[in-house]
Amino acid sequence: MSSTNPNDSPRSPENSVSRREFLVRFGATGALIAGSGIAACRLWQPNHFVPGFQKEKGLQLRSYAPEPSKVLPSLAIAHGTEHETTIRAALAALGGMERFIQKGDVVMIKPNVAFDSPPPLAATTHPDALRAVAKLVLEAGARQVIVADNPINSPTGCFLKSGLAAVTSEMNLNLIYPGSNSFAPLQLDGGEILKYWTFFNEPFKTATKVIGLAPCKDHNLCHASMTTKSWYGLLGGRRNQFHQHIHSIVSDFALMMKPTLVILDGMNVLMSNGPTGGRLSDVKPMNTIVAGTDMIAVDAYGYTHLLGRDLAELTYIHKAHARGLGNKNWQDTLYKEVQA
Amino acid sequence: MRRLLTLRNTRRVAQVFFFGLFLFFVFITDLRYLKGYPVSLFLQLDPLVAFATAITTHTVYMGLLWSLMLIVPTLLFGRIFCNWICPYGILHHFIGWLMGKRRAEERERIEANRYKKLYSLKYVILIAMIAAALGGSLQIGWLDPICLFHRSMSTVILPAINLFFPSSIYVRQYFHVGAWVIGFLLLFLVGMNVVIPRFFCRVLCPLGAFLGTLSSVALWRIDRDVTKCVDCDLCLKNCEGASDPQTDLRKSECFVCFNCIEDCPEDALSFKFMPSLKTEVTAPVVSGRRAFLGALTGLAFYAFGRASGASDRNYDKKVIRPPGSLEEKDFLGACIKCDQCIRVCPTNVLQPALMESGIEGIWTPILNMKIGFCEPNCTLCGAVCPTGAIQPVTIEEKNGTGSFATEGPIKIGLAFFDYGRCLPWAMETPCVVCEEVCPVSPKAIFSHEVTITKRDGNPITLRRPYVDPALCTGCGICEHECPVTDEAAIRVTAIGETRSHDRRLLMDGGVTGATPDLEKRQR
Repeated sequence: MSSTNPNDSPRSPENSVSRREFLVRFGATGALIAGSGIAACRLWQPNHFVPGFQKEKGLQLRSYAPEPSKVLPSLAIAHGTEHETTIRAALAALGGMERFIQKGDVVMIKPNVAFDSPPPLAATTHPDALRAVAKLVLEAGARQVIVADNPINSPTGCFLKSGLAAVTSEMNLNLIYPGSNSFAPLQLDGGEILKYWTFFNEPFKTATKVIGLAPCKDHNLCHASMTTKSWYGLLGGRRNQFHQHIHSIVSDFALMMKPTLVILDGMNVLMSNGPTGGRLSDVKPMNTIVAGTDMIAVDAYGYTHLLGRDLAELTYIHKAHARGLGNKNWQDTLYKEVQA
Repeated sequence: MRRLLTLRNTRRVAQVFFFGLFLFFVFITDLRYLKGYPVSLFLQLDPLVAFATAITTHTVYMGLLWSLMLIVPTLLFGRIFCNWICPYGILHHFIGWLMGKRRAEERERIEANRYKKLYSLKYVILIAMIAAALGGSLQIGWLDPICLFHRSMSTVILPAINLFFPSSIYVRQYFHVGAWVIGFLLLFLVGMNVVIPRFFCRVLCPLGAFLGTLSSVALWRIDRDVTKCVDCDLCLKNCEGASDPQTDLRKSECFVCFNCIEDCPEDALSFKFMPSLKTEVTAPVVSGRRAFLGALTGLAFYAFGRASGASDRNYDKKVIRPPGSLEEKDFLGACIKCDQCIRVCPTNVLQPALMESGIEGIWTPILNMKIGFCEPNCTLCGAVCPTGAIQPVTIEEKNGTGSFATEGPIKIGLAFFDYGRCLPWAMETPCVVCEEVCPVSPKAIFSHEVTITKRDGNPITLRRPYVDPALCTGCGICEHECPVTDEAAIRVTAIGETRSHDRRLLMDGGVTGATPDLEKRQR
């Protein structure tokens, strides 16, 4: 500006800056310079990395297994005509639900609700089975019962049409849907194939005991879906890759999950077109409940006595047995067979 | 003391109630909360939906009879819907109050509410849409406020809320193809209130145009007592419809908001039964030439769209319609793009189409198996459809069970393998997830065990999958669950859909192998 006005000359008092104003303005600019410098240095990432190849660490699942007992059986087989009495009989044979659940426990019941299928088609855990187990757990003094699964079909549809949502609202159980924020990475040291995977963590934040409650089903690839395979519903992410090593993965489940108790519902068994079923003719009444602390023993009984097949072909059972994760020779364990 | 029980306050109560009711219906359109609530009620009340679908389908479909509930009061009082009931109008009213000239000078506010010639555009739009409907192409959904608002809520607003607050609306995040277009259109229309108050309602709304035409014969009207009027123009200060109450009232533009009556310092305005029509502009003002141009555009839209062939021989393999959908041409004449089906779908498989079904089919529902799949025991899309574009079929009718075993299931498409991408076929790797999840019994996907010698010389036993086209319903869960997620090794295309005789694949439903279709299903 080349003004001739004397007021505009640099020395005029109107144009000079007071000491106070100088300090404020200088300070503001200086603080921004310093601030950006510090922020840049703190946020600086000096090294490159390979996307997807970072070191993976996740949570480790603790064991929920009960104290081992030398006198009480670890496997119970109960025959009966309806869910509640038969499940009661099986649990009584094991020494009662009080052996597994103490006063104040928060119990997570993991049903298999993979598909949006109605109860008579036996592709999902039967509502009567859930009701009976939840009742026993509450009678044993549990403070809260959580019901959770990550189905293949839409979660809301599966829980509604399997009839399990009705049981949870009727008995005031805590139904946890697999929401976007319900998962965290799980680390499985010693897993054959499953080493690091997205895990349905939400229920395990509060649960103190875990009960697996699975239907007994035919499976097109794995031959059968029983108590071990049912833990598939605790995982998220790209589960459809599991089928490339299905038996290794299922045997890894026996390492991943050390439940308090597993119950195999063999009242109505899905004999064919598994794991989805679809017709009543795929279902056969077998009127049996198998409960125990060793899921490999429970599944071994289920495969031979409920599905009526040759155990030699069920590879995951042998893998898990060889890895010391369970006992496939259920006859050698302490077991009890009862009539409801 | 200010009176509480004023006309304005009564109207505000109604606005809050109807806006809340609309949001309530939007929120509960979900498998978990849907307990027989009439969630499509606002669409069923919409007389333009009833009128336009009556032109294309020659019927008034089921619940659309409710539209009489709106037609009758409009014929008596005028466009009360626009400022008392319409949730989209209430949204614009509120946004206009919030962002608009509320704090501006009185003069500026009065000027903003004078009638402009531009406001007759909505009648031209309405004429174009009716002309397209006469051809058989239903296009009111582009701008019908109820369709537009439902669509915007379902495809962008609710998913956006769920992004910020996970699991608040959906258990798993929902995605909608091209949702950003719908979202920005909503933002634009809402934002235009800053430039012209009630821009959408005054300039574009075809339902407003329809109700405006009906209200020409309304018996109750705003009347100005010229002996009392001092020409202060204060009645324009809060006039929502820009209907010129300060001079000859334009009844077709009047939203019956009653602001003018409350604002008049001289008590010159009143809502009267059968006032003289001499000092009124009773009917909408549209020049004949513009009306003709509108009609021509509408007919051209229909003709250009159909001539592109997307609903005929050049149909896209991706146009997989929900189960119970009408045959494609009828579908285009019945679907109002309200996207209620997309809102209620429990798997997120239903998506607003872009150009797959041609320009006529924009924002109509199609299935995208990459995002979801059709659940066998679900018929919610047909249950909420207000126009019957998707018929409310029962589970038994959908799956061909019980007394519908002879007809068989409704097929929406057919799955085809792409063996070059399939793990057991091309990569010596076990898989068959597709067979596992196939929900029909017996499974439409079956596999044969083969033992092959791998590249390294070792043998491996694999199951290799096949499709039985007679049993496949096209539900798409195989494609959705296939581990080859970018482009699945098994994909459903539209061929074989039962709704169209032209697009079926197998005669008699299919005799592959030795067993006929029905016998297979009953085995």
